[in-house]
Amino acid sequence: MGLAFSSILSLFGRKEYKLVVIGLDNAGKTTILYRVTQGEVIATAPTVGSNLEQFEYKNLKFALWDIGGQQQLRSTWSAYYNQAKAIILVVDSCEIDRLDVVKEELHRACEDEQLKDALLLVWANKQDRKEQAASPAQISAQLQLTALKDRQWSIFPCSALTGDGLSQGLDWLTDRIS
Amino acid sequence: MSIKKDEDGLLNNLYQDKTTLLQEARIFNQSPISPRKSRILLTKISYLLSTSNDFNEIEATHLFFSITKLFQNKDAALRQMVYLVVKQLSDSAQDVIMATSSIMKDIQPNLQVIYRPNAIRTLCRVTDPSMIQGLERFFRTALVDKSPSISAAALVSSYHLYPQAKDIIKRWANEVNDALTKPPSSSFSSDGSFQSTSAISQYHALGLLYSIRDKDRMAVTKLVQSLAGGRSSLRNPLALCMLVRYAARLMEEDPNLARPMLELLEGWLRNKSDMVSIEAARAICDWRGATASDLMRPIAVLQLALSTPKTPIKFAAIRTLNKLAQTNPLAVSSCNLEIENLITDSNRSIATFAITTLLKTGNEASVDRLMKQISTFMLEISDEFKVIVVDAVRTLCLKFPAKYPAMLSFLSQALRDEGGYDFKRAVVEAIIDMIKYIGDSKEVALSHLCEFIEDCEFTKLSVRVLHLLGVEGPKTLEPTKYIRHIYNRVVLENAIVRAAAVSSLAKFGVNVMQGADSVRRSVKVLLGRCLDDTDDEVRDRAAMYMRIIQDEELASKTVKDETTYSITALEGSLNDYVLTQDYTSAFDTSAIPLIDKEQIRIDTNKGLLEATRQESGMDVDAGKEENGDSQTASTPLISDTPPVSTLTAIPEFATYGTPLHTSPAIALTESETEYVVRGIKHIFAQNVVFEYQIHNSIPEAVLEGVSMLMSGGEEISEQLHEDFILPIAQLTSEMGYASTYVSYSRLSDEEYAVGGFANTLTFTTKEVDPDTGDVEEDGYKDEYQVEDIELSVSDYIRGEYSAFGSEWDKLAYEVTETFNLTAMQSLQEATDELVKLLGMHAMGGSEYVTNTHLHTLQLSGSVITGAAKGKVLAQARMVYEEENGVTLELGIKSESEAALDLVIGAIQ
Repeated sequence: MGLAFSSILSLFGRKEYKLVVIGLDNAGKTTILYRVTQGEVIATAPTVGSNLEQFEYKNLKFALWDIGGQQQLRSTWSAYYNQAKAIILVVDSCEIDRLDVVKEELHRACEDEQLKDALLLVWANKQDRKEQAASPAQISAQLQLTALKDRQWSIFPCSALTGDGLSQGLDWLTDRIS
Repeated sequence: MSIKKDEDGLLNNLYQDKTTLLQEARIFNQSPISPRKSRILLTKISYLLSTSNDFNEIEATHLFFSITKLFQNKDAALRQMVYLVVKQLSDSAQDVIMATSSIMKDIQPNLQVIYRPNAIRTLCRVTDPSMIQGLERFFRTALVDKSPSISAAALVSSYHLYPQAKDIIKRWANEVNDALTKPPSSSFSSDGSFQSTSAISQYHALGLLYSIRDKDRMAVTKLVQSLAGGRSSLRNPLALCMLVRYAARLMEEDPNLARPMLELLEGWLRNKSDMVSIEAARAICDWRGATASDLMRPIAVLQLALSTPKTPIKFAAIRTLNKLAQTNPLAVSSCNLEIENLITDSNRSIATFAITTLLKTGNEASVDRLMKQISTFMLEISDEFKVIVVDAVRTLCLKFPAKYPAMLSFLSQALRDEGGYDFKRAVVEAIIDMIKYIGDSKEVALSHLCEFIEDCEFTKLSVRVLHLLGVEGPKTLEPTKYIRHIYNRVVLENAIVRAAAVSSLAKFGVNVMQGADSVRRSVKVLLGRCLDDTDDEVRDRAAMYMRIIQDEELASKTVKDETTYSITALEGSLNDYVLTQDYTSAFDTSAIPLIDKEQIRIDTNKGLLEATRQESGMDVDAGKEENGDSQTASTPLISDTPPVSTLTAIPEFATYGTPLHTSPAIALTESETEYVVRGIKHIFAQNVVFEYQIHNSIPEAVLEGVSMLMSGGEEISEQLHEDFILPIAQLTSEMGYASTYVSYSRLSDEEYAVGGFANTLTFTTKEVDPDTGDVEEDGYKDEYQVEDIELSVSDYIRGEYSAFGSEWDKLAYEVTETFNLTAMQSLQEATDELVKLLGMHAMGGSEYVTNTHLHTLQLSGSVITGAAKGKVLAQARMVYEEENGVTLELGIKSESEAALDLVIGAIQ
């Protein structure tokens, strides 16, 4: 009975889950957005404001919000958190110098009341540049992810250019959501 | 059907308070989005924003971010609404730049969507000036887009962005020019959206192109001339009106361009659009250089416009004619017939303009008819307009004195009508004017006024009329008939009016010539009754006048005396008298200059008359302001008498002669400090004397040997030699102000010392025992620093009136220099500063700036001493531009070379 009910629900207007992508400028958020939603790499310009794409993954419907990461825009991130199911933090693994800034922004986001129940997925991007990229473990330590209490989080290495690691991250999300 | 009904209901209830709206804004966050609901809510928000924008920054920002979520929906109507509201919110919300990337998706050139223009217009509101560079290529293509709506959107956006990114947008001039001159395209574009055929984008393009070239008069001239030509494709009436205004401005600014521009304007007079032809006519009528023949054609155009059925056109025409009639009534009189028809126009504004115009242009023959028409009209208009009409009648009276009976009956009728204080005051003033200037009307006018005060609710007016009766009544043939009216006031009115009536009665008692004895007796009886009045003032006055009437000599000294003290001088000396607190001798009035009451009246009247003449017929407030201005402007005539100073009584200065110039007292300390110091500069032929008035405000201290140590710069000490200081021997707090003097001699006739002096007050302080009041033996030396005193060029120059035009040609020496006064923010500021700096009088009202961009100030004065002594005239031509401040071209003419240097030196 319950199964039949849920299949009817999925036929007429399934629920759409809102995901918010944050991260510093030039981390690869917009590239990941289009890689995930359209499956291709397109040339992007720095995002002033936000991009929104809808996509389906494993029979779940998602709205993916990609928000500009330039310094003066970061204060506006919280305006997009409302009803977000998960936040996705994209980190440029080659930019170890700025991991402190990432940490600050992440921890500020996690304190936001609107994100109380949101999942946290960290993508350690740009893993295609093996020799410069830091490992997920290093990044996790730098960002002090373990200090985040009461939150489900996970970190995956990935590359927006090659597409490696993206599906693992999304799998983790869909498993938690469904 | 049900939806239709639903929306009707919503339209009626568009207004909702902002709390409800902010709560409802949740529906923007819903998923999926409901375009219809969101659109309705956006409409309500837009309505509230445009009626009363009371969203604070946080609320606006919150709202803005909720609305940006709607960009995910592709519904075109919703998207247009989103753009509209984002645009409205862009001023109050923060971080509006976050909408940029969403907008950028909508303005892509290959996108065929109806909301592309909306996106462009919104972009300019949210974008940052630093990003315009990156948008340059997009804008350049959009400006010349074949769809007029996109091109117009790009033009308007560029116009808004121009102040922030002048250099970048200047580079787009070619594209803008293309947009301006390209022939308008067909009315439907490929995407099926409706395109306007009005070529409105020409108007936008012209505005933008003008801003780009604004600073370059040559370029603007070329722009105007090229667009005015016969083959010009400019056909939008609004754009043509703008062009007319640009041409008019060029005409005003550059006399050399006046004639060619006039030709263009005359061409536009024949334009088939009423808007353009009236605008051109107005431009010519407003031009100050227009001759009678230049005015003929524009007036003919306006005359034609007066008889069209279209109200706005009639209004524009009559308003222009009304303004012209103030300066050139003769030229307008050819339209009198048409204007008379407008008196009965159903639009009251037009009718009022028509009447006030006619009152200015009317000739003697038409006055009677006109007055009859106005009388019926008066009942239908508001007080404000009535005042305008009454003022116009008043000037007409003075113009045609022979027609006074008609006007007087009109005014007396007006007195009987309902009306507020301002209206009644205007009528009473008009009648008073008639009494003064039209002798024949006096008796009738006075009796009308008597009737008026029998039932007058305004105390101020009653008092005025009573005073007038007191002055004029005794000179009439039958003075006794006024006495009855006046005494009625004593019986019936409030204390203020009663007191005025008593004074007025007394004047009859003193001044009446015919049957003086019997009148005097009756007045005495009447005054006697007033002695029992309940009010002190009334009793006092009655008692005083009883005494005066009995004593011829006293009467001639008080009531009959036609002179009065110069009020400003009297105030000054009374002030000093009170401050010195020496009440052992009585206040001496003999030193105060007497002036004729008649003279004051003429002076203030002159100002009033001028003001009424200038008064723009319609604008009541402006008229009042001018009135006030001219009154203050005429006061310096009286206050030019030197401030009271004891300087001349001091033997040390006896050989210096009389001071040629004495400055007003300058405060050198705050008024609440322990020692208050004021400085006065006296300039003699060979000497400069600084007078310091010092007040010791500490009762516990006595100052002895108070003197001022002055030290000027090196240059000053070469030009001025300090001769001696006259200290104040002893200064206690009871003495009030006492003066110490520092005297300098001028070393050379050619050099005029200019500069600041540092001032240090030195003295010996001795304490006073508060119990015994004894002064202690030992004191100590002390110093007290006060502000510097400045000797400036204006101290050597005295403002003088002269016939500027004729004097200017007579003077032999001339110099012209140009200055850039970047700090000045307006022409008025520069004008005020120049008048102050040079110490000369402005001629012909040129101290009041009328044009914000261009002004000529004429100054007249004379150097009072030394080699440069003699007449100096200055003509300052000033141009104001927002970015460069004021540019000044100062021409000076004088009787000697030295004076030129002195005056120029004042500016540098």
